[in-house]
Amino acid sequence: MPEMQTEENTSDGVVCETVVEIKNADGLHMRPAMQFVDAASRFDCDITVSSAGNSVDGKSIMQMSMLAATCGTKLTVKAQGADAQRAIDALRELVEVKMFNEPPPKEHGKH
Amino acid sequence: MEIKKGIAVSPGISIAKSLIIDSEDYRIPRRSIEPSQRMAETKRVGKAFKEAIDELTKLEMGQEIREQRKIKDIFAVHLRFLRDRSLRKKITDLIGSERVTAEYAVSLALREIASHFTRIKDAYISERAADIHDIERRLLRRLLGGKKESVGNLTEEVVVVARELSPTQTAGFNKEFVKGIASDAGGKTSHAAIVARSLGIPAVVALEDFSEIVGGGDTVIVDGNRGIVIVSPDDETLRQYQEYSREFALLEHKLDGIREKPPVTRDGERITMLGNIEFPDEAQMVLQKGGEGIGLYRTEFLYLNRPTEPTEQEHYDAYAETIRVFKHRPVIIRTVDLGADKYTQSKRFMPEPNPFLGLRSIRFCLQNLTMFKTQLRAILRASVLGKLKIMFPLITNLQELKQTKMILRDVMEDLDEESVKYNGNVEVGIMIETPSAALTAYTLARDADFFSIGTNDLTQYTLAVDRGNEQVSTLYSNVDPAVLRLIRTIIQDAHKAQIDVAVCGEMASEPESVMLLLGMGVRTISVAPPMIPEVKQIIRSVTIEDCNSIARKVLGMNSERQVSVYLRDAARKVLPEAF
Repeated sequence: MPEMQTEENTSDGVVCETVVEIKNADGLHMRPAMQFVDAASRFDCDITVSSAGNSVDGKSIMQMSMLAATCGTKLTVKAQGADAQRAIDALRELVEVKMFNEPPPKEHGKH
Repeated sequence: MEIKKGIAVSPGISIAKSLIIDSEDYRIPRRSIEPSQRMAETKRVGKAFKEAIDELTKLEMGQEIREQRKIKDIFAVHLRFLRDRSLRKKITDLIGSERVTAEYAVSLALREIASHFTRIKDAYISERAADIHDIERRLLRRLLGGKKESVGNLTEEVVVVARELSPTQTAGFNKEFVKGIASDAGGKTSHAAIVARSLGIPAVVALEDFSEIVGGGDTVIVDGNRGIVIVSPDDETLRQYQEYSREFALLEHKLDGIREKPPVTRDGERITMLGNIEFPDEAQMVLQKGGEGIGLYRTEFLYLNRPTEPTEQEHYDAYAETIRVFKHRPVIIRTVDLGADKYTQSKRFMPEPNPFLGLRSIRFCLQNLTMFKTQLRAILRASVLGKLKIMFPLITNLQELKQTKMILRDVMEDLDEESVKYNGNVEVGIMIETPSAALTAYTLARDADFFSIGTNDLTQYTLAVDRGNEQVSTLYSNVDPAVLRLIRTIIQDAHKAQIDVAVCGEMASEPESVMLLLGMGVRTISVAPPMIPEVKQIIRSVTIEDCNSIARKVLGMNSERQVSVYLRDAARKVLPEAF
């Protein structure tokens, strides 16, 4: 079931916004941050990611990694530009479905 | 003004400008620039980034790395940081707003990012600070290029501030200018601490993020008596410390007065006071402080700070220089104790996961016989110059001792064949610094001419505490009942075999432990040169009878806390100034 998603048309083009949750065990450490930035950079639209009151450029690895999003953190991803919708879809796929090709947290009691 | 509390590892007070060195020996001075230089500095940043990117791209493409996905990922992440426009902007903005040089701006920006990661609770993310430090170093290497300045080329007095100091770095310190040491990492027995004590430089370690708080060139006070450092002190604090520093120097001076007096207890028991040294020039300092010989001559310095192994002649010259200072008084040379440190680890294809339990010390020597025999040859050749003795470190069992002595005999035979002179009756002793050696001391004593108890390693191996890890270093104690029982065993077994037993670990220089050691039967003590007067003062203030009763009481106690409180009280009565 998709998370809440908004879409509007302004003079700057399409603006899309969605909330994604970090699901891999180790969170948004360096390699996932790199994958996120690489995916975001493939689109022309501007991408802003916010968490806990901080808003950063989704195409900057420095800023993304400094969000230090751990497993379970919810990120608000906002894209603005012609290909905003495609960007949002791709980033959601990476974070929530592929989970950066990393394992989810182990269930309790299975050590 | 900011005050930080750490662990005091070397006594004294120093007040000087800070010199920040990072773990690769770069110093980043805060130098102001004129507004007209701004463009040039900004261009230098751009050039450094470009060169670093080229360098990393080559590394990433490199054949040997392509197979190793993890390493490739690391480089890929670093590359993206270097290509990140917002990072570059942060740095060039600093050049404008702070009016500083490119290298200082790089260092400032990346340290800020690193400290952001360090503060994050999640271990996996906080460890990424190491990546940021690596990127910082890569850029600084480009910026500093050929004009890399090391601590060896100092021209003014400084307090050295670092995240962590490696043996390689401390070996290059110039005592004339390095007046104090403050490091983020490290415990009481870390290498920085040992070197600081032997050079008589006040030092405080385990200061967490101190190197990130202090700016290059800030005034720093290192209070090595109380374990405090102060950055940019206000006038009142500075004045108080200048006064305190003078008073402390007076006490030292007073103790210097007992230099000529023998280390004899009040009831007439003669103790032998020796010095621990790291470098040949420290021998003179041992003599000045009233030491009667060298109880522990560490020889690792010969191997550090250089790309190749020392030659036999280099070994010989270093030993000969020391022995000449002491003529017919004992000089105990410990064969090389490398391992568990940068030297052996960096020469390894894969660093050991657990170096303190790995190929270190005598084990390393027994697997590198050519290197070991070179040192033994030099020691034997020097043995005709004075009263030289050989000591092997980290012996863990009889087999190892016999094997090591066999190699020594091989070297003797080689010298015989070449008609090179040496002392065939040179005394051969061992360090007792593992529980296994302590528990088999009775057997080892039959094959050794003397024992020297290395309390640092003995404590760390007995209590299973990493002496350099500040998160557990409070568990580390030389006077833990378990450690004391082993020490008692070693001393008793040495006495039964009628061989000498000395204590050369840090424990012997802690005023509160001296009486206990005497009470347990130790008659030879070897400490860092600056500690000799203080230990001698204690020896001259006590009776063996009192010491015996202290030892009896302490050996009956069951908790470390009980022991340390009791010993502290006892020492305070004897030498109130030291506390």
